[in-house]
Amino acid sequence: MADTAKPGHPGGAHDDSNRRDFLFMLTGAAGAVGVASVAWPFIHFMNPSADVLALSSTEVNIEPIKVGQSITVVWRGKPVFIRRRTSEEIKQAADVNIKSLRDPQPDSARVKKPEWLILVGICTHLGCVPLGQKLGDPRGDFSGWFCPCHGSHYDTSGRVRLGPAPANLAVPPYAFLTDTTVKIG
Amino acid sequence: MTGAPAMLDNKLVKWVDQRLPIFTMMQHSAIDYPTPKNLSYWWNFGSLAGFMLVVMIVSGVFLAMHYTPHVDYAFASVERIMRDVNYGWLIRYIHMNGASMFFIAVYIHLFRGMYYGSYKAPRELLWWLGIVILLLMMATAFMGYVLPWGQMSFWGATVITNLFSAIPFVGNWIVTLLWGGFSVDNPTLNRFYSLHYLLPFVIVGVVGAHIWALHTTKSNNPLGIDIKGPQDTIPFHPYYTAKDMFGVGVFMVVYALFVFFAPNLLGDPANYIPANPLQTPAHIVPEWYFLPYYAILRATPDNFIGSWMGFTLVPAKLAGVILMFGSILLLFVLPWLDTSRVRSARFRPIYKWVFWLFVICCAALTWAGSQPPEGPALWVARLGTFYYFFHLIVLMPLIGWFERPLALPKSIAEPVLSGGKA
Repeated sequence: MADTAKPGHPGGAHDDSNRRDFLFMLTGAAGAVGVASVAWPFIHFMNPSADVLALSSTEVNIEPIKVGQSITVVWRGKPVFIRRRTSEEIKQAADVNIKSLRDPQPDSARVKKPEWLILVGICTHLGCVPLGQKLGDPRGDFSGWFCPCHGSHYDTSGRVRLGPAPANLAVPPYAFLTDTTVKIG
Repeated sequence: MTGAPAMLDNKLVKWVDQRLPIFTMMQHSAIDYPTPKNLSYWWNFGSLAGFMLVVMIVSGVFLAMHYTPHVDYAFASVERIMRDVNYGWLIRYIHMNGASMFFIAVYIHLFRGMYYGSYKAPRELLWWLGIVILLLMMATAFMGYVLPWGQMSFWGATVITNLFSAIPFVGNWIVTLLWGGFSVDNPTLNRFYSLHYLLPFVIVGVVGAHIWALHTTKSNNPLGIDIKGPQDTIPFHPYYTAKDMFGVGVFMVVYALFVFFAPNLLGDPANYIPANPLQTPAHIVPEWYFLPYYAILRATPDNFIGSWMGFTLVPAKLAGVILMFGSILLLFVLPWLDTSRVRSARFRPIYKWVFWLFVICCAALTWAGSQPPEGPALWVARLGTFYYFFHLIVLMPLIGWFERPLALPKSIAEPVLSGGKA
């Protein structure tokens, strides 16, 4: 090292410091790539594992559900509301002036068959489960669901009408495998 | 190089430092720290052990996110980590082989200390703290090995906890206490998991004290002579930070070879069989880093002491346990067993060779521990056990007494400046 810094050495001290800067940055860059490539497996380790992803769809037999009745099933650890709506409820959901809604969406965009309303039963405010599934439950001012945590009201299409929730109850991906079986997820 | 830390030019750094001098401390202990200029690569293994401690804690904390400490789920949860969890195989193999790499680093570190007399005054406490770290590591490694709840986990736990039953009068009571039941079972697994998570952080604390003691007495060096002045030292940064980082790079190549190409080479296949409390595997062996102690444990003949007088003074079982624990505890008094005033074996013409006999003895005990205790392996274990204690208790004091050490160089700087010819 002492030799290369000698004045009069071919190339001089200036070239040498450039070379050192380059080597320093190259080493640093290689180190950063190394650290990042080790960090990623550790971060991804915390993501859903294969067995969790394998549980990401749920098949439900909807045959026993009577008109006007609701059931709650579990999909990805979350409650999913399945309500077989009465014709009155369907009409009520369709007759709303969409422009008056906080999260404007026609009822037709939220169902595949008007009789079957399928929703993720999680209030879009802060994640509580709204009431309205059971017979004695309060259903809020719009005959849908009412969240007891902070008072959000949902209508018979699961759209937010009153309270702090910013958006409608989410519609999960689902498909009717047969007339009596629905696959959620 | 010394003086006010250059980073104190930054106003924010200065503000913090005036209230909590962490930057001054870093400057003193990681940058300016005067280090002997003649340290060889044998001095890399302390920082390598520290590196492995960090790797083990990080990978362990992540594994704990997917592990279930219950006898019904532990084995399955580990297999789930291997098959279903993203990169679970990688992180488990990093942790599993990391234990071996940690022990490799620590054992080389320990032998280096023995060769260069790093345990001698004024570094006795530094040495003691190192032995405490080794004991904590052994406890942590043992309990970690139990967690996958395979056959070796279960029967290793059974055998090792049963060692305590050899203690007279209170032995069985202690064993029941350790188990939290009448056999190794769910309560045992739960407490081992709790302690396996706790002890590494205790190790971090003791490592802190170890480094504090090191920075107080300063590093030993291959010549084993004291630092006489600034001409004998260079600042830790950039010289030894760069050298340590290069060492970490080389060490990681070896580590990666295990993780990616031979992840189960050092493990026992029997641990991929779920624990069965009703059937013991034909041949129980601990992990390689415990083999020498295991050989010592099994080496004692029946009625080891007193048998020639027709009565049993110390039963073989208790003698084995005493010798096994004694083999490590004896290291605490090594600074006084070694009567030589010269630290480095480089200047001790007899000890220099005898040291290697001790290394060979440890290697032989490692082999003997891996074999069933019968035939030649048993005799190697017995001879090795004898030599291990003979070396520490008899040879160390004796050699120091009659050996004539070579003349020591006047300073560290002198042989360095004269091209190593002094």
